[in-house]
Amino acid sequence: MTAPLTGATVEPIIEPMPEPLSGPLDAPTAGPVDGRADERVDGRVREAVAAVRDPELRVLTIEELGVLREVLVEDGRVVVTVTPTYLGCPAMEVIKSDIVSAARAAGGRDVEVLVTYSPPWTTDWIGEEARAKLGAAGVAPPGGGPVPLTLSVRCPHCGSPDTAQIARYGATLCRALWRCTRCRQPFEHLRDH
Amino acid sequence: MTSPLFEEVLALGDDALVAAQRMAEWCARAPELEEDVALANIALDLLGQARALLSYAGELEGLGRDEDELAYLRDEHEFRNVQLVELDNGDFAVTMAKLLCFGTHQHLLQTDLAAGGSRLAQIAAKAVKETAYHAGHAARWTVLLGDGTAESHRRMQEAIDHVWPYTHELFEGSDRRGRWLARVEPVLEEAGLNRPEDGWAPTGGRHGVHTEALGRMLAEMQSLRRAHPGATW
Repeated sequence: MTAPLTGATVEPIIEPMPEPLSGPLDAPTAGPVDGRADERVDGRVREAVAAVRDPELRVLTIEELGVLREVLVEDGRVVVTVTPTYLGCPAMEVIKSDIVSAARAAGGRDVEVLVTYSPPWTTDWIGEEARAKLGAAGVAPPGGGPVPLTLSVRCPHCGSPDTAQIARYGATLCRALWRCTRCRQPFEHLRDH
Repeated sequence: MTSPLFEEVLALGDDALVAAQRMAEWCARAPELEEDVALANIALDLLGQARALLSYAGELEGLGRDEDELAYLRDEHEFRNVQLVELDNGDFAVTMAKLLCFGTHQHLLQTDLAAGGSRLAQIAAKAVKETAYHAGHAARWTVLLGDGTAESHRRMQEAIDHVWPYTHELFEGSDRRGRWLARVEPVLEEAGLNRPEDGWAPTGGRHGVHTEALGRMLAEMQSLRRAHPGATW
């Protein structure tokens, strides 16, 4: 997920690229002479944007967290679409500014960041690999089931399911405080949402 | 003339904004540290909802007003929130009674709104899980206090009695009160609290008629922006 920025072949981030925002597909474009060099820049921009880290959960990129929805790059012009985890999440402003910096550093010009609410983000957007990273960082990942309140949260330190909630809210909107009754360690849980 | 959609979005945005500001007043004042964190998080959720709704309202209005102008530069009579959310916080029991009544209403309303495909539906679909968690939080405290000591029971009952008349305004022009009662009444029952009689039903918030509490709240909320026009940080 955090591949070096020099990769020659880069696949689209989430979905095949839809129509460009500036006009119909068959509109004539005044492309540069060296088209392949331009493609390399576009690929680097996509990788750089996908590698931006969540400011609160530093172990995850915004792609792994499911906050990054789309990256469109055309001739160095960049349009990135993101979605908030919670409507009031203050990390959104930092993420937007980090995206602009990353895209510019990779050669992008005219970087625009759009915010969409639909489809709404849920913890189901966090993949298995990302959940493992959270666990390794001491944050219990969301369960992903339809009945989150009845599921036991497994301790990220010792693996015991014998845990108890301390508080329904934690240091950020997306987390709650738990403790393990076996190893006695407190830990954070990324709430099912 | 403004459109009905603008009025609706503005009203829901004002509900969320005023509820958020009231909840934020608990910052560093809550009865325990974990609850301080919880109330601040709930306030932040509500503020996020208010920002999305008021930004949208500003676009619908088409006069170039953004979320900040709508929040900071309107007078009391221009606010369209229900009176329930502007009431003083009172003690912790009153705050939980307000959140139980308002959060349960918001959850039902957002569930209904989320069914469509419009931008309002998208905001509602995004917010609905947040408000479910708020209502659940308030329900737990209502039961804990109602079913607690004699003193906590007395104060929780007084809180429910105090806010109950203001809950009628939530359902003007809608048929949600039945479904709302079906959720709130079991909580009161589990808490060992009496469900207040329906009677006096103050109204007017949607037309800019407010209790005296709103003016004091806005005076504090808007003072910085009005004293230093255009200030940013």
